[in-house]
Amino acid sequence: MVMTDLESKAWSTLSEVEDPEIPVISVVDLGIVRTVEEKDGKLHVAITPTYSGCPATQVIEDSVVEALRKSGLEPFDVKTVLSPCWSTHMISEFGKQKLKDYGIAPPADDSTDKMALMGEERQIICPNCGSNNTLMVSQFGSTPCKAHFKCKDCLEPFDYFKCL
Amino acid sequence: MSDNTHRLNVALHLGDNALILGHRISEWCGHGPVLEQDIAMTNIALDLIGQAKMYLDYAAELEGKGNDHDHLAYKRDVLDFKNLLIAEIPNGDFADTIARQFCFDQWHFLLLQELSNSDDPRLKEIAQKSLKEVTYHKRWSSEWVVRLGDGTEESKEKIQRAIDDIWYYTGEAFIPAEYEKGILPENLNDAWMQSVKAVLEEATLEMPTDEWMQDGGKTGVHTEHLGFILAEMQFLPRAYPDATW
Ligand SMILES: [Zn+2]
Repeated sequence: MVMTDLESKAWSTLSEVEDPEIPVISVVDLGIVRTVEEKDGKLHVAITPTYSGCPATQVIEDSVVEALRKSGLEPFDVKTVLSPCWSTHMISEFGKQKLKDYGIAPPADDSTDKMALMGEERQIICPNCGSNNTLMVSQFGSTPCKAHFKCKDCLEPFDYFKCL
Repeated sequence: MSDNTHRLNVALHLGDNALILGHRISEWCGHGPVLEQDIAMTNIALDLIGQAKMYLDYAAELEGKGNDHDHLAYKRDVLDFKNLLIAEIPNGDFADTIARQFCFDQWHFLLLQELSNSDDPRLKEIAQKSLKEVTYHKRWSSEWVVRLGDGTEESKEKIQRAIDDIWYYTGEAFIPAEYEKGILPENLNDAWMQSVKAVLEEATLEMPTDEWMQDGGKTGVHTEHLGFILAEMQFLPRAYPDATW
């Protein structure tokens, strides 16, 4: 499908909107912006929450609205959709690299967390030194989307963006 | 009652479970036994309250009075709440909280698995989203049952007593209310028993044998505890209607 000028302008505007809790990754790279469609001269933007109770959801919606307005993209509407539900697969490769540079271990593939749910050891790489000699301290971290790890080599604690 | 009324009651029941239990667990915020577990409980509370919002938004739409989730959470009275009694039982000590959470999570997980294939598209998408979160909850509470049960003499005694105490609130989930028939899955009891038994065995704990079960919550007959929760939760929005930040 070919993107209209308005749609591509909206995408590039939204790729400047940062996640309020991890301000190095855009809401587009996080996979929160699901669709942007122009219909009868109006833009329809759909966003999806990461975790159901993520307190950032409202802030993100407000920032999206504000950014679209500032770029002169009115008229538009922004609605929240639940399906298909957000998954860490929706984070772009660029986004994963950004997370890592920021000191958050990006989500490993699904099988890693499934293994963990089955009680097996998983290998999460320390974003500080690259060691895989790491230990999960708690599967619940500083925000709903993260688990708390520590590195047994460089001894630094770090956040891991857990698979969902 | 029409199908729409049944559906509305189901959405309220599911939303109220998540809201009331979420509110309960959030009482641990700042009081957890260690920082990591304080954060874990706060995270679980947040997930549940987020899930409550989705169900109550659906309920508000079905109700068709132009209300939203906040109205349903803050402006209804005790008799209108349809949560399971287990969700409103006080936190007690850490073992009591774990026992309550464990019994609830085991049921919640099975329920959401089934609801993920519901022919009601809204319940289906909410269940699919919630299931991912509840998978983590169930793992956390099950791990703690094992850790406390197979821990010290004192921790074992505390978690066994906690499991025994909560037991007669665990059956209500499997006694269908009139409104849920044909909408919520039936016959989850055996799967729940099996799953609970496996964890209790690993934890070297005894499975309670009492068969008498307390019910009432689903139809608005609550314990004395719910009123106190609502008094705290609803005070601000009732005292200052439509207040904003
Ligand atoms: Zn390291």
